[in-house]
Amino acid sequence: MALYFFTPFIAIILTILGGGIIFYILGFNPIEALKFYFITPISNLYGFSELLLKATPLCLIAIGLSFCFKSNNWNIGAEGQLTFGAIVGGGVALLFYNQEGFYILPLVILAGAIGGMIFALIPAILKTYFNTNEILVSLMLVYVSKLLLDYLVVGPWSNPEGFNFPETRQFSDSSRMPLLFEGLRIHAGIFLALAAVMLSWFILYKTYLGFQIKVSGLSLKTAKYAGFKGKTMILVVFMISGACAGLAGVGEITGPIGQLHRMISPDYGFTAIIVAFLGRLNPFGIIFASLVVALTYLGAETAQIFLQIPKYTGQVFQGMILFFLLASDYLLFFKVKILSLKKNELRH
Amino acid sequence: MYKNFFRYLISAIFLLGFSVNSNADFKVGFVYVGPTGDHGWTFQHHEGRNAVEAAGIKTTFVESVPEGADAERVIRQLAQSGHDLIFTTSFGYMDPTNKVAKDFPNVKFEHATGYKREHSNVSTYSARFYEGRTLLGHIAGKMTKTNTIGYIASFPIPEVIRGINAMTLAAQKVNPNIKTKIVWVFTWYDPGKEAEAAQALIDQGADVIMQHTDSTAPVQTAEKAGVWSFGQASDMQRFAPKSILTSIIDDWAPYYVERAIAARDGTWNQQDTWHGLKEGMVAMGPYNSAMGADLVKEVEQLQKDLASGKVHSFTGPIYDQKGNILVAEGKVADDGMLAGMSVYVKGVEGDIPK
Repeated sequence: MALYFFTPFIAIILTILGGGIIFYILGFNPIEALKFYFITPISNLYGFSELLLKATPLCLIAIGLSFCFKSNNWNIGAEGQLTFGAIVGGGVALLFYNQEGFYILPLVILAGAIGGMIFALIPAILKTYFNTNEILVSLMLVYVSKLLLDYLVVGPWSNPEGFNFPETRQFSDSSRMPLLFEGLRIHAGIFLALAAVMLSWFILYKTYLGFQIKVSGLSLKTAKYAGFKGKTMILVVFMISGACAGLAGVGEITGPIGQLHRMISPDYGFTAIIVAFLGRLNPFGIIFASLVVALTYLGAETAQIFLQIPKYTGQVFQGMILFFLLASDYLLFFKVKILSLKKNELRH
Repeated sequence: MYKNFFRYLISAIFLLGFSVNSNADFKVGFVYVGPTGDHGWTFQHHEGRNAVEAAGIKTTFVESVPEGADAERVIRQLAQSGHDLIFTTSFGYMDPTNKVAKDFPNVKFEHATGYKREHSNVSTYSARFYEGRTLLGHIAGKMTKTNTIGYIASFPIPEVIRGINAMTLAAQKVNPNIKTKIVWVFTWYDPGKEAEAAQALIDQGADVIMQHTDSTAPVQTAEKAGVWSFGQASDMQRFAPKSILTSIIDDWAPYYVERAIAARDGTWNQQDTWHGLKEGMVAMGPYNSAMGADLVKEVEQLQKDLASGKVHSFTGPIYDQKGNILVAEGKVADDGMLAGMSVYVKGVEGDIPK
């Protein structure tokens, strides 16, 4: 069990070593490159706040995904749920354009969560009642939501004063997340992520639903034998997952972005899958994992600014983390036996 | 009390980061929206950066910066790490650029294709690409046999509509029967979509294809189908040597060098630059010999006249699709009208997406 939580660290160390080798091959001083990658970005308060800002949506989405993945439901479409949540939340924010009121922001956030929830219900309902494959459905719905967003920002919701550029108006301050510190972009959305962590820990480890989820994840047959109502549980985990992704989306548009446009998420919904597994589907593990993965984004930028290392190394690092995690799982939990064939065995 | 404390703390951190580096050499930063190898928009900005570097000024670039929440951090990091002049080379960086400019009054910012200059250290710049479109229109009008020109458009912003109109007007001048068919792809860079759009236009009878998107896919599709095409942003001739008649080339290099030297020498001022063929910010690739010597001569003359101002791309009478007059006979469209252009001229088929 201890080993189970230890492998992510092995994976990270291997990734850093692997990264050092890649930097060396590319002709950079590996120590210096790794320093710019993993230390420089967070060497001051601003950098650290940006790390938290970047980790917030990843953490939220991964927390939601952990419910699905723990119960053997493969929701791959968090990116779509994030986008749809942002659309619904952004729609409400635009509805209250230029209006004041303390109730506006909570409404916007709620709308975002509900949007994500509804969008996640589509693959869940199709799975439970029509036996479709949730991986395919949730993945394909990502494109649906992105195209819908494209349509809205180009057409009906585009900024009337924006020269037809594909973006909406800037939201009014009443529907923006409050900033925690002046001059930094870190906003109240981080509390949503922390609340999600606490709540998910409580649900997973202290409630009957959490027990159902875990048992279904370990063995579907046992769950059925125990008389768990599988269908309801599937719907619930998808709803939780969708709501979290929707919150992440609405946090981005009411936080650092401040409007709807086509680039609201650099594929957070997909990266969060890595985060969820790196965090071992454990709420507190996910906090840690989201920080590590967020750092690979920031590090890629810093490394390009200071050393002109191609920015795509960030994606290479994310890929390596997942690869080494899966590899070390495999090598640690399966015994490698070298069998010697004896003569008499051959005769059989 | 606490608010003030944090304010001081944070400004102290900013200043610290800034002052450590301010003694270092003069440095210029570039933020790109695409990869440097796109052979279109970003590629040309990167060429401009190379020219600045060749002029003996240190530069840094960050490529493929999404136009979302990440842009502000990248721009801020460049400002913080001692860059004295920062070029942000995509429209989507408009608000982040202005936001960061506010916090770094000693750093100069240059934003491409935008219209917001909220602080005195922000300049904007763009090119009169439509002058190149006029030349393409003239060539297309002469070369088409089907009288149908296919146009792959990205977003219905004034810059793109201006290009469609300039091309159509020039084509009509040499061939009154011309029709412009448009496919909107709603992307700046998606080789797959662009190729599909090119094919769709060819299937509808277009025998000349042009695009306001950044990849080389449309010219390659045209080459395969045996129709004419034009390169966009950079000289794309080697991707479709038979099909390409010429390319509109964005040449940012002279501007970047000039502005970098000005910033270094302390003569940089806020301005809104809109340069064209005259200043060389818009240049033309080599003309395909398949055009014939006469047409090449004509086009070269037109290029000179556009550069000297003798000919204007938008000279009246110009009518919109419904036949209402936009620019009266003998008049030319002013820059204000060009900057906000949002209707098609007569001869363009379809509606602007809303």
